[in-house]
Amino acid sequence: MLGPNGAGKTTLINVIAGLARADAGHAAVMGADVVKDYRRARSMLGVVPQELVFDPFFTVRETLRIQSGYFGIRNNKAWIDEVMHHLDLTGKADANMRALSGGMKRRVLVAQALVHKPPVIVLDEPTAGVDVELRQGLWQFVRRLNRDGHTIVLTTHYLEEAEAYCGRIAMLKAGRIAALDSTANLLKSFSGSQMKLRLDREELPLDFPGELSSRDGNAFVLKLKNFQEVESALAKLREARVEILEMELEPPDLEDVFLRITK
Amino acid sequence: MTGFQTLLYKEMLRFWKVSVQTIAAPVLTAILYLVIFGHALEGRAGAFAGVTYSSFLVPGLVMMSVLQNAFANSSSSLIQSKMTGNIVFVLLPPISYLEFFGAYVLAATARGLAVGSGVMLATVWFVDLHLVAPLWTLGFGLASAALAAALGLLAGIVSEKVDQLAAFQNFVILPLTMLAGVFYSVHSLPAPWGQVSHFNPFFYMVDGFRYGFFGTADLSPWTSLAVVASSFFFVSLGCVLILRSGYKLRW
Repeated sequence: MLGPNGAGKTTLINVIAGLARADAGHAAVMGADVVKDYRRARSMLGVVPQELVFDPFFTVRETLRIQSGYFGIRNNKAWIDEVMHHLDLTGKADANMRALSGGMKRRVLVAQALVHKPPVIVLDEPTAGVDVELRQGLWQFVRRLNRDGHTIVLTTHYLEEAEAYCGRIAMLKAGRIAALDSTANLLKSFSGSQMKLRLDREELPLDFPGELSSRDGNAFVLKLKNFQEVESALAKLREARVEILEMELEPPDLEDVFLRITK
Repeated sequence: MTGFQTLLYKEMLRFWKVSVQTIAAPVLTAILYLVIFGHALEGRAGAFAGVTYSSFLVPGLVMMSVLQNAFANSSSSLIQSKMTGNIVFVLLPPISYLEFFGAYVLAATARGLAVGSGVMLATVWFVDLHLVAPLWTLGFGLASAALAAALGLLAGIVSEKVDQLAAFQNFVILPLTMLAGVFYSVHSLPAPWGQVSHFNPFFYMVDGFRYGFFGTADLSPWTSLAVVASSFFFVSLGCVLILRSGYKLRW
């Protein structure tokens, strides 16, 4: 889920998780209504909250054991050890939550959401304020969970993360879903390639394809709908005997889509 | 059931881990009350016939400690979780509102009884005290701790900030305990204060609890039990209805 601050991403997650009540409509997790069938819905859902919350009374291992118990699971040691291993928490297993750095606390939050192996995992800005190393490790682990059959729902402000990891993207604007489609379709329908040209003169030939988005002397930036337009642009230049000093083609960009939709 | 058991265990572990503050400190406070008031008021304050003031005071102090600590446990646990945000750890799992209610109230009752037993153990050596009707003592200890625990849960749910909870504690709980006849027999109060005390549910707890020690009290223990039990029932009903609606905790 993408959207500017205040678009309603966290509110939507709270409705799904039973932490907020929807004014209208209903939500279900794997078919289980989050209000009427809340026990089944919640047992199939793992939520990593955005805020760095923790219980200062307990150690990492205690936190995870207690969380397992809340979901009705006893003797969860093997899975807890595995989750801690993948999140690089094993060394801190017996450290008090208070003593952990922000990044470590974030990892524990992820581990807490996974104790009951939920089929649906919701990550609310999992990489906000997280260093590069943890971000890499986290994505690796999340991708593994996804490969193992878990559905991952995430919100992020980093568009490149959404583009790289998400199969489907929902864009929210003022509490409404403004676009919902596969990442590839969104890119195709809302944005074209960008062509940057530097020529040996300060004007383009007549009837030049594409849409000129900016010009600085002999440097031009054009938006193209598809690759045929690249072809015809080059043909036009050849016809007019214009020399290309520099040329750059940029693929469709999610940032562009995002700005168009949320504007 | 595992969810309930785990929540109960977590709530118990929470106060047990800081037992110096949650159990030892209130026991010390009660001993100070006994030493100071016992010394200052021995022979002056009215008690029951044939009962010294200190002996009269001890059951009152025990009950006061039970009430204050049971209330403090559920209310402060909830308000802390709300303030720090870690309440979501309890709200996200499939724990029902009845399990939630049961775990918080039971753990707070346990803390109240632990402190009460501590006060009892620490003071009983200094006074002449016999358990005439131990079942009444036990019954009132349990019922009163549970009522205070449920009140604490209610206050913890409704309060949005620590100062609102503190106001509830200072302007409702503390006066009710102090005016419940902990330090005196309400019979010794001038009219109309003796009558006014009868509107205070905490008075019935202290009176019934004392009956277990002396076999005599201001009221029949059955009357007191009926008041305490019905108070517990209504406060619990309020808690359960609020928890079921999700008011303040979920929306």
